[in-house]
Amino acid sequence: MLLFLAKRTTGLLATLLAVSVVVFLVMNVLPGDPVLVILGIDSTPDAQAVLREQLGLNAPLLDRYLIWIAGVARGDFGTSHSFGVPVAGLIAERLPLTLSLALSATLLTVVLALALGVFAASNHRKAGDWGVMTLSQLGIAVPAFWLSMLLVLLFAVRLRWLPPGGFPGWSDPAAAARALVLPTVALALVQAAVLARVTRSSMLEVLRLDFTRTALATGLSRSRVLWRHVLPNALVPVVTIVGMQFANVVTGTIVIENVFYLPGLGRLIFQAISNRDLLTVQALVLMFAAIVVTANFVVDILYVLIDPRLRGRLA
Amino acid sequence: MMRMRSLPVNLLLGAALVAALTLAALLSLVWTPHPFAAIDVANRFQGPSAEHWLGTDQLGRDVVSQLMAGARTSVAIAFVAVVLGGSVGTALGLFASAAGDFVEDAVMRLADFSFAFPALLFAIMLAAVFGPSLANAVVAIAFINVPVFARVARAAANQVWTREFTLASRVAGRSGFSITVDHILPNVAAAVIVQATIEFAVAILAEAALSYLGLGVQPPAASWGRMLSEAQTLLYLAPQLAIYPGLCIVAAVLGFNLLGDGLRDVTDPRLSRRQ
Repeated sequence: MLLFLAKRTTGLLATLLAVSVVVFLVMNVLPGDPVLVILGIDSTPDAQAVLREQLGLNAPLLDRYLIWIAGVARGDFGTSHSFGVPVAGLIAERLPLTLSLALSATLLTVVLALALGVFAASNHRKAGDWGVMTLSQLGIAVPAFWLSMLLVLLFAVRLRWLPPGGFPGWSDPAAAARALVLPTVALALVQAAVLARVTRSSMLEVLRLDFTRTALATGLSRSRVLWRHVLPNALVPVVTIVGMQFANVVTGTIVIENVFYLPGLGRLIFQAISNRDLLTVQALVLMFAAIVVTANFVVDILYVLIDPRLRGRLA
Repeated sequence: MMRMRSLPVNLLLGAALVAALTLAALLSLVWTPHPFAAIDVANRFQGPSAEHWLGTDQLGRDVVSQLMAGARTSVAIAFVAVVLGGSVGTALGLFASAAGDFVEDAVMRLADFSFAFPALLFAIMLAAVFGPSLANAVVAIAFINVPVFARVARAAANQVWTREFTLASRVAGRSGFSITVDHILPNVAAAVIVQATIEFAVAILAEAALSYLGLGVQPPAASWGRMLSEAQTLLYLAPQLAIYPGLCIVAAVLGFNLLGDGLRDVTDPRLSRRQ
């Protein structure tokens, strides 16, 4: 198990390093001149030269990468030229909102998907199964940002139960939670549609196995067999998809934060793009890609915890 | 007629939706009820009428005409992105499968790695460097398709490589390239086409999201995503404007997903029986 962990952690670090190289290269080598992007093509050569010096663009590419990545390793992402403050501070302020949104949406996704998936599998080829599958086929086709708008129309414009957007800050936890309800539901419903299908088909596979029949034959109730015997054995593919979906949810927050005007990392990235703040965009893209990669790493570890049979095989 | 009845329902429903979408997109090239970008402020926020079937928007533009032009944008972008990413990805997958050993490993590691960059992140990087544009959106959507097709093509090709007829070709002294073109490609085509249909749906969703965020189609070109972002500021005033483009996206995505599922059931009956 230790060897397995060590191997996976080395792999994670190597991937993160590779991600940082790609982000740096795309932002710095593609034939766009950041100075012209920031100042515009009408700017004077003098102004361009000054900014080029300020941004450290005169150093060789490798030096610039090493300086940047050494800073990142210390938690120093440089200074945002549009906000005039360290990028790390901007990220630290907004990360809690984005992470709470992503985690609560993932939690809701799993709860909904397990309930719907188990229900559909236990009603295989009946109306309930058919209903869940139809709903899920529809859910997969709905863009999360449109679902958000429909939720706002219903719960904010019509019923006035919840705020249509904005965020009151963490000082009032109840108001903060209320502001996150619609964004969380919008993110989770679409993902739950996908996950419910996976749960259902994985459950159906396990329901066919001998031990399920044995468990039923010993006189255990059907629901006990479903939840205690079948579901735990059907979880491996579900966990894989949850890991991939966490990545979707995290990048989904970029869109959803813009729909609901939430001051998280997703909104920051758009402010940075419209301010031509390349250093901030670079740091944020790295953050998001790192979250995606780390989520996959956690899934790899979870497998082994869920399914002890994998321990011998993977180590 | 007998043949029709034996086709799965999802295939027929999907094909019908995709056909409707494609027809609307093609028709919009030669005819829309009104010019889709024509502004007529005097007639803004009109309800449905014989003149404007679904009414007009905040600038008095005809909603039906905009939806038709938006269908054209969606189909065109999805088509270019899927064909571009699909050809590169399929070529990579076939190459990896033919080369085998560490080349295959390297190509597949690269494909795994590229999953760290979802389309949205990639589009954001491109927009930050070049400014937002339609071309960036197409490149970003094509990019995410490359690893998907590489995996599908490689998995399908590896199976074909174990069959006797490829073995016989190899014994006859034919090169990996000529076997790939003559035997492998025709045998993986079905799997690639099924994947392409599903990726079309993904591409339509991605285009809508990018255009909604202002990273895709730029005004005055029509796009369902952009229509929704304009409608969002008018939710209290004209909620109906936020409904139609969303319904179009759902119908288009649903159509391609159902068509893809249906095609898979037809081409690979083992999978459908497992359901």
